Amino acid sequence: MSGMRDHNRNSGILSGILAVRDLRILFPTRDGRDTVKAIDGMDFEVRAGETFGIIGESGSGKTTLGRALVSLLPPSHGQILHDGTDLAALSTSAFRKHRRDYQIIFQDPNAALNPRMTIIDSVVEPLEIMGEGDHASRHRRGIEVLERVGLAAEAADRYPHQLSGGQKQRVNIARVLTLRPKVIVCDEVVAALDVSIRGDVLNLFADLQREFGLTYVFITHDISVVSHISDRIAVTYLGKLMELGPAEDVVERPLHPYTRALLSAEPLPLPSHLRVDRRIILEGEIPSPVAPPSGCRFRTRCPSVQPRCAKEVPAWRDVKPGHRVACHFATADGPPPDNQKAQRAS
Amino acid sequence: MTGAIDISAPTATRVAGMPDAGVSPQPLLEVRDLSLSFATARGALPITRNVNFTIAPGERVGLVGESGCGKTVTGLSLLRLLPPQSARIQGDILFNGTNLATLSPRRMRAVRGREIAMIFQEPMSALDPVFTVGDQISEAYRIHFPVSRAEGRERAIAALREVGIPAPERRCDEYPHQLSGGMRQRVMIAMALICKPKLLVADEPTTALDVTVQAQITDLLRSLSERTGTALIFITHDLGVVAETCTRMITMYAGEVVEDAPVDDVLTRPRHPYTSGLLRSLPSLSPRRGVLASIPGRVPSPNAMPAGCRFRARCSHAVAGCEQKQPMVESGNGRAARCWRAPELVLPGAVN
Repeated sequence: MSGMRDHNRNSGILSGILAVRDLRILFPTRDGRDTVKAIDGMDFEVRAGETFGIIGESGSGKTTLGRALVSLLPPSHGQILHDGTDLAALSTSAFRKHRRDYQIIFQDPNAALNPRMTIIDSVVEPLEIMGEGDHASRHRRGIEVLERVGLAAEAADRYPHQLSGGQKQRVNIARVLTLRPKVIVCDEVVAALDVSIRGDVLNLFADLQREFGLTYVFITHDISVVSHISDRIAVTYLGKLMELGPAEDVVERPLHPYTRALLSAEPLPLPSHLRVDRRIILEGEIPSPVAPPSGCRFRTRCPSVQPRCAKEVPAWRDVKPGHRVACHFATADGPPPDNQKAQRAS
Repeated sequence: MTGAIDISAPTATRVAGMPDAGVSPQPLLEVRDLSLSFATARGALPITRNVNFTIAPGERVGLVGESGCGKTVTGLSLLRLLPPQSARIQGDILFNGTNLATLSPRRMRAVRGREIAMIFQEPMSALDPVFTVGDQISEAYRIHFPVSRAEGRERAIAALREVGIPAPERRCDEYPHQLSGGMRQRVMIAMALICKPKLLVADEPTTALDVTVQAQITDLLRSLSERTGTALIFITHDLGVVAETCTRMITMYAGEVVEDAPVDDVLTRPRHPYTSGLLRSLPSLSPRRGVLASIPGRVPSPNAMPAGCRFRARCSHAVAGCEQKQPMVESGNGRAARCWRAPELVLPGAVN
């Protein structure tokens, strides 16, 4: 396995292994008259070897971002650099060779596997596509990774319907591991699994990261999952980043009013005497990405909104070292006070 | 507990499977030895076995367990919504003393929507795309009450207002596709509650929604239940939602009820190893970046159920004796667990 390690350690340590520069991804609406701004200006870097968590509501651009990071979607504007290389500048053959380092695992373990292919055929297919080795060596490698993700060799000749959801997700992990990628984007990979087996699959992700020096981009709406496994967390809202910082800071001491409200909505399994009423109910739902609000896009639901928020787009600024936020009024001490609470106090 | 419901009173003397001692008020719903099986080409496939529980008027009960434990079919069977050709229901479903399990289809239709209503996980597939939401809500009312179309519409608008939909006069004439997921679920709730049923069965009503919208919907369900006295059966796999919404929690495993207890008690000190395992699996209870707890293995398949305790192959507390038949063991304060070791085991809950 040492070869695999060297392969991963060569580069990407100094700068981000993934760098996103002013990224915009736009889709035309079906009638062609409007534009959906799925990603509307994002800047961040993912460091080699870290787990980078992305949280946000549906419609905030999480999945689009994940697909763009592994070049399944071209940027409409801006750049995505893999290890300093702009993929748009690569020739087709160089691009094919390069993208194997950047893999993605999807939410639905059923939809990601062909029901007519045996497990081993699905697992070695990426190697076939890359034209690696002969049939026997590919098969050996496939069995090896299946065992590594905790599936017995008997599973190899089964079909997807004969496995449980958790086992199928392990197969999907095995399939991307065959390519020895550097970065794996995990898009809601445990959302479809029962809570009782989620832990097992997340533990496997952590083990594989230690063993192979993998970098993860973990996209999820489950705050308890993302706060458990991430080194840093980014919070998305309507195509933009609201906050980015060390996981513990973002979860324990959020600086953006949106992060604060999002975290407070997470239902906690606590008995009533340990429950504190800290919930901030956000009114309404996420606005349409066709016509996002002017200025700060969270202002229509923000409990701390001020007149300035409608006029000016907040800068994406460092409030603390390594902790960025897009809010005019956030400080290193926390988000601006709730308008209602401030009124009651005065 | 913020509710008007005293959790200790109606449940204290009632334990699943035990005859009513007569001191508690008449339960709203009493499920007795409910067993479900589906007819298949290879014979009857048993899905649930001897499910027993009671719901007091106005009580909010969470029904939890992994997928395939029988939560949803139990909910559907209460309204007799399972296909009659293939589903076989044994046992009694006593609702205000009437046995729903043997009611004629015509009389059952008078109960559905009027006395017991249900909302589902995916509101888009539960709403008809070609009728306005106002028409659909008003239909739910006019089936049970002989009122004019105009009055039906008025009631639909009032119901939409009740569930917090802004501009209900306008929304009433919109079609389901014009509403967001959270709005559609509110429409479903408005439709379910328009006849003021005594019991609402909610099957994963917030699973498809974002946490922010989920918080709005669970708060709405809880406050509506408190205000109108509608009892709630909340089917979910999210123990946090149960903790915030319900007063009692029933855990199902492999088609059986394995634990029945007040929410605060079970979160602090579960008595069944399966409930404890579910609670310990929540990532918020493990140290950050540490190893997460999980339950090894999977739910046994319905045609290969082990004898005795059905959880024993996955249970770290299993010993010789667990292969014996497991009755519900009572432990006071309305609690019971299907584990003969429950009195001696001290199991961790959701609090470290």
